[in-house]
Amino acid sequence: MAEAVKCATREAYGKTLVELGEKNDKVLVLDADLAAATKTGMFKKAFPERFIDVGIAEGNLMGVAAGLAATGHIVFASSFAMFAAGRAFEQVRNSIGYPHLNVKIGATHAGISVGEDGASHQCCEDIALMRSIPGMVILNPADDVEARACVLAAAEHEGPVYMRFGRLAVPRVFDESYQFEIGKGAVLTEGDDVTIVATGLMVNEALLAAEALKADGISARVVNMATIKPIDREIIVDSAKKTGAIVTAEEHNILGGLGSAVAEVVCETVPVPVLRVGVEDVFGKSGPAVELLHIYGLDAQHIAEKAKAAVALKA
Amino acid sequence: MTDTKKKELQIFATKARMGVLEGVYNAKAGHPGGSLSICDVLSVLYNTELRVDPKNPKAENRDRFVLSKGHAAPALYATLALKGFFPVEDLKTLRKSDSYLQGHPNMDKVPGVDMSTGSLGQGISTAVGMALGAKLDNADYRVYTILGDGELQEGQVWEAAMFAGNKGLDNLVAFIDNNNLQIDGTMDEVNAPYPIGEKFAAFNWNVLEIDGHDYDAIEKALADAKACKGKPTAVVMKTVKGKGVSYMENAVGWHGSAPNTEQYEQAMAELNAALAELEA
Repeated sequence: MAEAVKCATREAYGKTLVELGEKNDKVLVLDADLAAATKTGMFKKAFPERFIDVGIAEGNLMGVAAGLAATGHIVFASSFAMFAAGRAFEQVRNSIGYPHLNVKIGATHAGISVGEDGASHQCCEDIALMRSIPGMVILNPADDVEARACVLAAAEHEGPVYMRFGRLAVPRVFDESYQFEIGKGAVLTEGDDVTIVATGLMVNEALLAAEALKADGISARVVNMATIKPIDREIIVDSAKKTGAIVTAEEHNILGGLGSAVAEVVCETVPVPVLRVGVEDVFGKSGPAVELLHIYGLDAQHIAEKAKAAVALKA
Repeated sequence: MTDTKKKELQIFATKARMGVLEGVYNAKAGHPGGSLSICDVLSVLYNTELRVDPKNPKAENRDRFVLSKGHAAPALYATLALKGFFPVEDLKTLRKSDSYLQGHPNMDKVPGVDMSTGSLGQGISTAVGMALGAKLDNADYRVYTILGDGELQEGQVWEAAMFAGNKGLDNLVAFIDNNNLQIDGTMDEVNAPYPIGEKFAAFNWNVLEIDGHDYDAIEKALADAKACKGKPTAVVMKTVKGKGVSYMENAVGWHGSAPNTEQYEQAMAELNAALAELEA
């Protein structure tokens, strides 16, 4: 399934915004002085009259987005994940989440793969923050194909959506026939011994891990979980029953993200071992993105190791 | 403004103050001081300025009002109830667990409330967004907001002010309820934002400084704001916190506490006397 194409999900975000802008003149795109980096600059170029730059003021960004949504617009508000989810958390919570306004937050540069900018910009807390807001939908696409699908689905969804995109060009996982639905996970590879539930750029690593595990005689099911909230409980319960062990994989703190969401469902339904691959509650550091992903254990090798450990824990 | 009109607006404001007292007393909680200080401006806004219809509170082309100082919800609710957005009797349910009248305004629950507010500094940003929305849609509705003076300590207010000034949002009017008191004391004791007018002017706003209990001045300010092109307008209103209830006036302790029965009865007696005098 995987082609050799590499593309950053933020690229797909920018392109899809233009696509949306062509279809619907109620679509507005806001940024906070990061249009070149978040790729909203593509929309700015195509629809300058519907692009609004509020400057380096993310609190105001979210408030203005809320006001625009309250007057009937479909608003995409963009910044880096650190500032969109972190700095503006309370504005997102109170001005967008509480009144359930139609604002789509396009948060780019999420996770460790920001790379050289270092810990101050490597947001590994955003999923945890956004998960705690009632009614917030969280989408974390694995590649550019899925990113496009997420943006289109977010535009159709009535209410706030947090979309998480990466800076790094990542391998394409899906082909153009890919179908996405908010709230639905998908089995990418069937297996019997353990399930790897992955999100974002870790989906590709999960597929590589499943391949590698075959050599050890372990058959791994791989589930792509692009929607972190609402989490697909059904596919988690099914995986727990079928494989009896789960490993989660995400480019986020192991606290509060996909691993937590999956563990919550498993504990409440079919308690089986759940091991989490993610940033292990530390701050990141500067370095080339791919190198950092290996340093922090965000790779196929680490997923495979955890999968073996999870299988060993099975009763 | 004619004397008759003024009297009518004063009667409305006095009834709104009674609604504030009803709500806060029955809730045994709430913010009477900063609610009473804005009843006069709300009376002028809702009776002479805002294009709103209680029968169609979500009309697309209505003027918008955002209570950025959301803790003054009792004043907004009393005003909306008197205008017929919901029954006046419901004011007594303020802050009760089975009431739609939340402690701070909620746009999904309360007819006539255009934005959920309460966390200071955020309302003005949403009002700016609405004013920008009107401009983008070539719609002629206007957007009004009221901020507290203490609220000006929130950095987001100035993010919003800078942006609105740069965008020249002349369909936006921000009132600043300058009663000079906040929870921890006077403005000066805490962290005074003075001079307020100059700050807004520096962000390219049209600035008007008035007595916030002077109906002619409020009316004139609204007319001046409408006449001003290319700039949003800030109306800095000198007000009296607790206005209309003698023991609450300029008393910092009445920011966020409810009167006991004796105090409630005294307040209502004073407001009833004021009403009788106006209606005489």
